[in-house]
Amino acid sequence: MDLNYNDEELAFRDEVRAFLKDKLPARIADKVKKQQRLTKEDMVEWHAILNDRGWLASAWPKEYGGAAWDAVQRNIFEEEACRAGAPRVVPFGIGMLAPVLMAFGSSEQCDHYLPRILDGTDWWCQGYSEPGAGSDLASLKTTAVREGDHYIVNGQKTWTTLGQHADWIFCLVRTSNEGKPQQGISFLLIDMATPGIEVRPIILLDGEHEVNEIFFDDVKVPVENLVGEENKGWTYAKYLLTHERTGTAGIGFSTEGLAQLKRIAKAQKKRGRPLAEDPLFAARMAKIEIDLAALRTTNLRVLQDAMSGAASPADSSMMKVKGTVIRQAINDLARRALGPHALPFVSEALDAGYNEPPIGPDYANPVAADYFNNRKLSIFAGSNEIQKNIISKLNGL
Amino acid sequence: MDFSLTDDRRMLADMATRFVREKYDIESRHKFAASDEGFSREIWGEFAELGLIGALFGEDVGGFGGTGFDLAVVFEELGKGLVVEPMLANLVAGKLVELAGSAEQKMLLEKVIGGETLLAFAHSEPESHYDLAHVATGAEKTEKGWRLTGHKSAVLNGDSADLLVVSARVSGDVADEEGIALFLVNPHAKGVAIRGCPTVDGGRVGDIALNGVEVSTHVRLGEEAFATIEQAFAAGIVAVSAEALGAMQVATEMTLEYLKTRKQFGVIIGRFQVLQHRYAEMLIEIEQARSSLINAAGHLESGRELREWNVSALKNLVGRVGHLVAEETIQMHGGIGMTWEYALPHYAKRLTMIDHQFGDEDHHIERVIALSAG
Ligand SMILES: Cc1cc2nc3c(=O)[nH]c(=O)nc-3n(C[C@H](O)[C@H](O)[C@H](O)COP(=O)(O)OP(=O)(O)OC[C@H]3O[C@@H](n4cnc5c(N)ncnc54)[C@H](O)[C@@H]3O)c2cc1C
Repeated sequence: MDLNYNDEELAFRDEVRAFLKDKLPARIADKVKKQQRLTKEDMVEWHAILNDRGWLASAWPKEYGGAAWDAVQRNIFEEEACRAGAPRVVPFGIGMLAPVLMAFGSSEQCDHYLPRILDGTDWWCQGYSEPGAGSDLASLKTTAVREGDHYIVNGQKTWTTLGQHADWIFCLVRTSNEGKPQQGISFLLIDMATPGIEVRPIILLDGEHEVNEIFFDDVKVPVENLVGEENKGWTYAKYLLTHERTGTAGIGFSTEGLAQLKRIAKAQKKRGRPLAEDPLFAARMAKIEIDLAALRTTNLRVLQDAMSGAASPADSSMMKVKGTVIRQAINDLARRALGPHALPFVSEALDAGYNEPPIGPDYANPVAADYFNNRKLSIFAGSNEIQKNIISKLNGL
Repeated sequence: MDFSLTDDRRMLADMATRFVREKYDIESRHKFAASDEGFSREIWGEFAELGLIGALFGEDVGGFGGTGFDLAVVFEELGKGLVVEPMLANLVAGKLVELAGSAEQKMLLEKVIGGETLLAFAHSEPESHYDLAHVATGAEKTEKGWRLTGHKSAVLNGDSADLLVVSARVSGDVADEEGIALFLVNPHAKGVAIRGCPTVDGGRVGDIALNGVEVSTHVRLGEEAFATIEQAFAAGIVAVSAEALGAMQVATEMTLEYLKTRKQFGVIIGRFQVLQHRYAEMLIEIEQARSSLINAAGHLESGRELREWNVSALKNLVGRVGHLVAEETIQMHGGIGMTWEYALPHYAKRLTMIDHQFGDEDHHIERVIALSAG
């Protein structure tokens, strides 16, 4: 047992730190740290900076322009990037579509799409969920009917994150009603500029436009845009879920969130003393810190197992549940720490250019809204109930 | 023992229920909340006409209620409609006048009850957290009266009041219970600067700077004010907890409906035992909150210790149950529970933010411990 990173890993960490210090634009890091809105341009700019260094696609093999980092390296990068205030890498193209293309797509598809993901030509979004198909994804109804050398797509996707920016969407569509529902699903790439597609915003409880509904009305998609074989899409989607283990725990976010919470608790006063010194509040914070310290090690244990091929399929479900519960608990405490200052909320103040002096402490404005927004963490990417079902099922219950 | 409502209160409750049901759909609520003042003057006028404001005050000041159960009945219904009109602000500020005002000052309440004058209580300060005795704002004696200097923050509806009740220190240290005074201050007076701001749950607060505001002697409300503030807050806590109870009921009803209609995996999601248990858990806890509300409402007119113990017990319990209901009802709805267009998350937000008014869970558990030891 050795709890520390080895020399090589430490050297890697220093390299990452130096890079972030040098190349992460202060303007963008400032927004992230102040929990302000990021524009599409901010995200694209950060992608380009990472890509220049060859670090955008950290998990891709070198032949496709990736960094080919192992799980521990990716974990180190995530921790350092969160600490520095880097925006997260938008996962849809890099982390979700690309591995599927590499594993199941044609070489033409890889050659065409992968470079465009790297250089920012295409912004991808994920079209899985539908109004009637959330946890029960296999019941999806959007159809793709083959007509000559095209599919004609009809139906509706929903909850599409950042779909308002997207050039392309990868969809699970129904190509057959034979057999089990899982057996009639195909994986299709659709150009968002195709006639018949309509994107409508969904505003979330905090007032933000983050997700969308996407309607497909007789949308013509060339058959070349099918990934792999027809009716095998479910297998491809599952492949992704079981292969993506790093990052599900969100340790970097929690670590940064905890640091921010501590700053708030130190600045907030209760009876003239920092709230951080209040026994009740300190106990609440300490509990989270204990949980996070344990989860950090669980995460590293899982990563090691994953690298040696010994990971249990239940691991990623466990990391998802505990990771999100901890992140949400941190948001919850930050909100509590503010006391009455949690109430005021000026939405416009989330934009970087906002110049009015803050109402209350300058860190207060986004905190409650962020707590509400992050209720999503236990709902999406497989709800925590579904993850627990999986864990039990894998253990024979 | 009798847990049924008197006929008068039943009528009051029915009236409030009908009003909320007929006039206060969620779209109207959002419209009122988004307006400049954050509520509708028209609705406020109707509240006055219906006697809902009068129900908050005693007969000697022109009201026809004012007991714990009157407050509970009215605010529970307001909570069901997520009403944004400044009832809570006027209740608390009005109670201060009712409790400590001179005969002449109490006349003011007729106008409050009639819907013509709006009050707000400017008490909370940037560093007070939830400590009731924390008053750094100073009142300095002058020849003609007092000069007030300080900063009040997150003042509920402090940006729309016609008259502010301001707490300020005439003597002692910043957190002493002794030496706090109350003043009626014109928000348009020289030296008063107010910045209004929306709250995350659809309300409004004011950030109020008092820069050497000159007030005359006769605007002081009573003498030593701490006990008055505590008692007015007790009424506020009963009211806001009843509001929470109303909101919890709607949130769980919406969730029950959803559990019965939303299908995944070929069955209604209400068939999944984990959701059944969690729904049941909420109902159990809501009944606890209701009983705690009855305890506190029934003791609102009791002596200090009994009153305050029950009030703090209530606020702690409502903090815990509100948190549970807010998080669980969103979770059980899945993505739909996260959307602005759907009413549920607005109930969840209000429930959450109620814990940030009049002291949170932790503040009140400390009070319960202190009051139990005493
Ligand atoms: C902010 C946000 C962003 C999203 N982004 C995307 C995206 O980019 N692309 C995309 O395709 N999707 C996206 N989603 C959709 C997300 O994946 C779904 O919300 C999720 O799968 C849950 O589905 P649902 O919302 O339909 O809830 P439902 O499946 O209807 O679930 C409702 C409740 O029932 C519970 N439940 C369901 N089945 C069971 C069961 N068998 N046992 C016990 N409990 C159960 C759930 O856990 C939940 O509590 C996003 C969602 C959100 C909120």
